[in-house]
Amino acid sequence: MEPFDVIVVGGGNAGLCAALAARHSVPRVLVLERAPEYMRGGNSRHTRNIRCAHASADKFFSAPYSEEELLEDLIGVTGGPANLDLAKFAIRQSSKLPGWMEQHGAAWQQPLAGTLSLGRTNRWFLGGGKALLNAYYRTAQHMGITVRYDAPVEDLEIADGRFEAVRLKSNEKQELIRGQAVVIAAGGYEANIDWLKRHWGEAANNFIIRGSPYNDGSVLAKLLEKGAKPMGDPKGFHAVAVDARAPRFDGGIVTRLDAIPFGVVVNKLGRRFYDEGEAIWPKRYAIWGGLIASQPDQLAYAIVDSKTIDSFLPPMFKPYQADSVSALATAIGVCSDTLAQTLDEFNRATSGKNEQQMESPDGNGTRGISPPKSNWAIPIDRPPYYALPLRPGITFTYMGVAVDEAARVLDNSGRAFENVYAAGEIMSGNILTKGYLGGFGMTIGSVFGELAGRMAAIHARG
Amino acid sequence: MLAGETGLYAEANRQLVICNACRYCEGLCPVFRAIETRRDFAKGDVFYLANLCHDCRACYYACMFTPPHEFEINIPRILAQARLESYKHWSWPGVLGRAFQESWIGSVLAGTAAVLVIAAGAALISPVRLFAGHTGPGAFYAVVPYLAMVIPALVLALFGLGVWLRGGVRSWAETDNSSRARWRVKELFDAVGAALTLRHLDGGGPGCNYPGERPNSARRVYHAFVFWGFLADFLSTTLAFVYQDFLHRLPPYPLASGPVLFGSTGGILLIVGVAGLMGIKHKSDRNPSFESAYGLDHIFLGTLGVTALSGMLTLIFRATSALGVLVVTHLACVAALFITAPYGKFVHAIYRSLALVRYYAERSQ
Repeated sequence: MEPFDVIVVGGGNAGLCAALAARHSVPRVLVLERAPEYMRGGNSRHTRNIRCAHASADKFFSAPYSEEELLEDLIGVTGGPANLDLAKFAIRQSSKLPGWMEQHGAAWQQPLAGTLSLGRTNRWFLGGGKALLNAYYRTAQHMGITVRYDAPVEDLEIADGRFEAVRLKSNEKQELIRGQAVVIAAGGYEANIDWLKRHWGEAANNFIIRGSPYNDGSVLAKLLEKGAKPMGDPKGFHAVAVDARAPRFDGGIVTRLDAIPFGVVVNKLGRRFYDEGEAIWPKRYAIWGGLIASQPDQLAYAIVDSKTIDSFLPPMFKPYQADSVSALATAIGVCSDTLAQTLDEFNRATSGKNEQQMESPDGNGTRGISPPKSNWAIPIDRPPYYALPLRPGITFTYMGVAVDEAARVLDNSGRAFENVYAAGEIMSGNILTKGYLGGFGMTIGSVFGELAGRMAAIHARG
Repeated sequence: MLAGETGLYAEANRQLVICNACRYCEGLCPVFRAIETRRDFAKGDVFYLANLCHDCRACYYACMFTPPHEFEINIPRILAQARLESYKHWSWPGVLGRAFQESWIGSVLAGTAAVLVIAAGAALISPVRLFAGHTGPGAFYAVVPYLAMVIPALVLALFGLGVWLRGGVRSWAETDNSSRARWRVKELFDAVGAALTLRHLDGGGPGCNYPGERPNSARRVYHAFVFWGFLADFLSTTLAFVYQDFLHRLPPYPLASGPVLFGSTGGILLIVGVAGLMGIKHKSDRNPSFESAYGLDHIFLGTLGVTALSGMLTLIFRATSALGVLVVTHLACVAALFITAPYGKFVHAIYRSLALVRYYAERSQ
């Protein structure tokens, strides 16, 4: 078989952007998606917006958002990118993304109700990430890009820093597919529980993986085995609090819980362990997965009462409900004396005010308890009482491979592989080291996907 | 309440609660924006959302949780099922309301009405009169006397209107959810505009995902053909009534007259629209559809289509000896259309329009 010009490993956002960009200059482009067609798209299926700098407001951006401001936000939330030049490149390119995406089928919608604060900085996909991916796949088909589903890559043939072929394993059959260049956009390893166990031990058995069960990092492992330089904390992941009753994989957005600032959070011993009223929203959202991962059995409960049960987004799973604290404790299997004591102490430490001003930190904190609740601290004393069980919900992992400014993968000596490119979550560790800036994963995937595809095609053309 | 019915609401609730926790589809259509103003979904809410749904299917293809995902979200399908249940619930008498779930009843109704008309024609019209060919003013009535045409049609139409009115009033009362709505002329105009232009049969912009995943406007265009074609034919009939009873001019009318111009335009629009809708329905993805709805749609489209076709043939061959047979056939089709109007897909026009009125009134709140 005649070799492909560009082979893209992974059919998520970054992979599709790479394939589309490559196809503009070379005829033979192949996308290998290891998931079946109905699960195509990796974790991009669960995304909903993309963060882009823009000089002026338009129908979908409520106000300008400069490159400088985006960089400040990135540094503020993630504590500084690992590779500042790549971060700046992503930000500079981000302003061109909406136009490029539209040309390839993307459609937009107004920011979702309740997320208006993101309407200035982020652009929302009409119908969400899966709808965006559907549009990309349609465009890919229209442009004559070959897509294969159920096509897990087992090995990469790389000799002397030069990619030759991918080895495919499908239906117990081995298959070798040659290409002039390869773009690896195969995601992270968050769905590989054994890999997580290497760093987290048995606790990883209690983690909930919010996205695709196919992100097992097998291609990342192959790249590292071939001498690619790792980038980012191998233990690090982004995790939020999700409902403990969520499915092990792929529960997506609907299992996340917004209840934490409205009440208190106790562990299975019935004790509070962290300030539920910390001020900064994105940080607060992202920090709880890790906090719960460090609690006994990786389990916690958000406790609220009838005053606040209707104040947050209605959860998918019905909260436990009881008319007394002890009945609630029994329902969730927590020592009722301890829970009653925890709530008593908390209630006594509040100012007694019963109103929460959620728009901004209201300064209504507790006094004299540790940990404190710095804002929105109102007594939990009006039955019925409610408990929402929480577990760490892993969104993505940070560690990936190092790349250069042409999206080429670097080896351990810092030299670039000749024709191996990477895009998306598998190289986001070059930019994101910890924390998360909403919608920026899609920015990285789109910018480096387009770049990697374009550069790979240039290489293939010779 | 039947066990199946309880299961329907429980299942609709299960899915709607998940949608309410997700909200990705908010930009696609009013259904999701209406979901967000509620936390619990009573029977009336489910019926309201079901009738607000235009079955554009954008949400089905956008959803990460459709089967085989364990959440098994399939909003177009569960709402189609709830829609049929609401049609039945608001129908009268109950025994005929079953037609919304067992589409053979509709076929039997339509078939019986048509056969009765044809049988009456065969029994009461002498072959000579039937095949003679008639021209000039009153030619149609030379085949079937005026009153024999008008009285059954009027009885059926008034009965149908009565059933519709009763259903409309009940649906309005039962989908009322506290006092969220706010009434102004503007909201009413918005709702009427949305109904007339099928504003929300657009998947939030790119077009509805019908018959497959690729968004396009075919369904909206064909549906518009059917709707405006029907309206043109309604206008044609009204004009003919004015010509005859006020201007004292008996049909058939010349080609350049109002009734014929509107009638033939409407006929062509209907034929093209019905053929188009049936064609894409045939190709459509069955996963997001509910099987009984499929049958119901076919009876409705079928009766509309043959009525338009027989009307057009009557117009084309009215000067020949086929006139008699064509007039009787056309009347048989009209009878089938009228008898099934309160017990078929026709009712969606009422309930969806009312749902749109409620939606726009709620939204302005």
